[in-house]
Amino acid sequence: MKIHEYQAKELLRKYGVITPRGIPCFNVDEAVSAAAKLGGSVWVVKAQIHAGGRGKGGGVKVAKSPAEVRAHASAILGMQLKTHQTGPEGQKVRRLLIEEGADIKKELYVGLVIDRGSQRAVLMASSEGGMDIEEVAAHTPEKIHKVVIDPMLGLSDADADDIARKIGVPDAAVPQARAMLQGLYEAFDENDASLAEINPLILTGDGKVVALDAKIDFDGNALFRHPDIVALRDLDEEDPAEVEASKHDLNYIQLDGNIGCLVNGAGLAMASMDIIKLYGGNPANFLDVGGSATAEKVTEAFKIMLRNPQLKAILVNIFGGIMKCDVIAQGVVAAAREVSLGVPLVVRLEGTNVDLGKKILAESGLPIISANNMADAAQKVVAAAKGKN
Amino acid sequence: MSILITKDTRVMTQGITGKTGQFHTKTGKEYANGRNCYVAGVTPKKGGQSYEGIPIFNSVREAKDATGANVSVIYVPPPYAAAAIEEAVDAQLDLVICITEGIPVRDMVRLKYKMEKQRSRTLLIGPNCPGVITPDEIKIGIMPGHIHKKGPIGVVSRSGTLTYEAVGQLMEIGLGQSSCVGIGGDPVNGLKHIDVMKMFNDDPQTEAVIMVGEIGGSNEEECARWVKANMKKPVVGFIAGVTAPPGKRMGHAGAIISGGKGTAEEKLAVMEECGIRTTKNPAEMGKLLKSVLK
Repeated sequence: MKIHEYQAKELLRKYGVITPRGIPCFNVDEAVSAAAKLGGSVWVVKAQIHAGGRGKGGGVKVAKSPAEVRAHASAILGMQLKTHQTGPEGQKVRRLLIEEGADIKKELYVGLVIDRGSQRAVLMASSEGGMDIEEVAAHTPEKIHKVVIDPMLGLSDADADDIARKIGVPDAAVPQARAMLQGLYEAFDENDASLAEINPLILTGDGKVVALDAKIDFDGNALFRHPDIVALRDLDEEDPAEVEASKHDLNYIQLDGNIGCLVNGAGLAMASMDIIKLYGGNPANFLDVGGSATAEKVTEAFKIMLRNPQLKAILVNIFGGIMKCDVIAQGVVAAAREVSLGVPLVVRLEGTNVDLGKKILAESGLPIISANNMADAAQKVVAAAKGKN
Repeated sequence: MSILITKDTRVMTQGITGKTGQFHTKTGKEYANGRNCYVAGVTPKKGGQSYEGIPIFNSVREAKDATGANVSVIYVPPPYAAAAIEEAVDAQLDLVICITEGIPVRDMVRLKYKMEKQRSRTLLIGPNCPGVITPDEIKIGIMPGHIHKKGPIGVVSRSGTLTYEAVGQLMEIGLGQSSCVGIGGDPVNGLKHIDVMKMFNDDPQTEAVIMVGEIGGSNEEECARWVKANMKKPVVGFIAGVTAPPGKRMGHAGAIISGGKGTAEEKLAVMEECGIRTTKNPAEMGKLLKSVLK
């Protein structure tokens, strides 16, 4: 689960991380009065959306007067902010963060992730902050320093100091950087984060170490023990179809093609997308109905796929293990009737109770195109989407 | 022969009083030699009861001491599942297969750390996996038993239903399996592709291996490099997620392309370089394997 920058900063401040003073705002007047409340003569107006790359997309502006704050806030609020993470349609800006201006002497990078290699949390840091860290990793990997963190001991003083020095924190500021890095790790660990990133972490003219930006993602599997984090969820930032799917315990991701896929199991669902593409089609979604889908769940899955105006055909690909093919077949038939399906439907069933499942489909009287295996199913659904059936 | 489990394996089910634990214990017991294999269940405070004639104990230690079970399968709900694995590790079982999906990563990080510090001899498979089957001998997990039969092919996979798909394709061309191992889709877990591959290499029954991977991480690449240097048997592979967009988590917590790493193309390229024949067509895994058999 993702949260906004201002929420991440609020959380980090509780762990001793220093950030610029700032106030979240939901309209232009609030933004202007926030600037007045913060005082000073320079403010930063920052779009709050869950995607990165906001500055490049025009979502972060410096203002040198209250009038400029008003002008920037008016321009940014409500805009469709396009970044490399939003997709071509962009994301509508509904919230702003107004911050005091910062005196940036140097921009650094620090981030925490769970590293699959070491199976632990790893702190990554670089002297090359402010830019896309993936670029730094690709072109100058020697500029990224890593520390594997002992989950019982946390980030040690020695490791924190060492990494601070390696990324160019001057000696006088090392103790402050240490507290900052340790606070970041504690926030990451105690809240079951899957990613915590400060980019840039800045050195200011007066020698302070300040988190100028903050991004934290949380492990969805651990949210049950963090109601305070769940409260920060902003549904406006999520795809409505994906939100609807999650309510029904379905795993759905919208893609840009026109062939809907309903599959059991994540690996088979990905493989189904792959084979559609291989035969010249384009998947409209990833949809894993899980191991214990009921007829109701299958119906909901159909409704969610059918919200997509691009949809030209649907492929159901089920390899029944725990899930019985007859149950899926009943669900498919019920769903096709309830939603009055207007696109061709190709169904491939295999596994437990497959014969019974096929019989239910055949006797339903619905124009369901039956397929014998995955390749057959993919070819049929691609043809159907192109109107060749 | 086979790997990890045989008809002589003795299994306990942790979480045997839950609906899922009961269902799969029953189907496991009904499969091949299952009646002799499933000897115990564990649920705290339910000791002394029984299910389908299988005695239930309060702890893994008690179950092990009373029945000699050396393997456990876990169906405990996610908030308690890591503690259940830990209990099995503390009781020094040979093998723990954790089916539970949705365990917080932080719990797994701490568990793996503990196993490492203690130099635990317990092997862990999963979590979030379908389990292990040695066809016509024993089935531990949630896979449909009837689609398998004994034979010379080893299968190792991060995905559940995609493993069944591979098995289904093998069966269509008449090839049975030595063992099929689902290692699971979580980023922090037990055995990796490479660990299972080593076992297949040493197993006299296994003549060739299908390795099924997914986007995310670099376990498939590590396995491929080991195969190049050490493997005596042919290996073929498929990686799911060629079409997956970066930054989107494809169901499994581990199935995500991040920082430009872990793409299917990258994995397939390394596998091919290491002498593993691959296909981009998930419907042709069986056919590909047949083509490399001597």
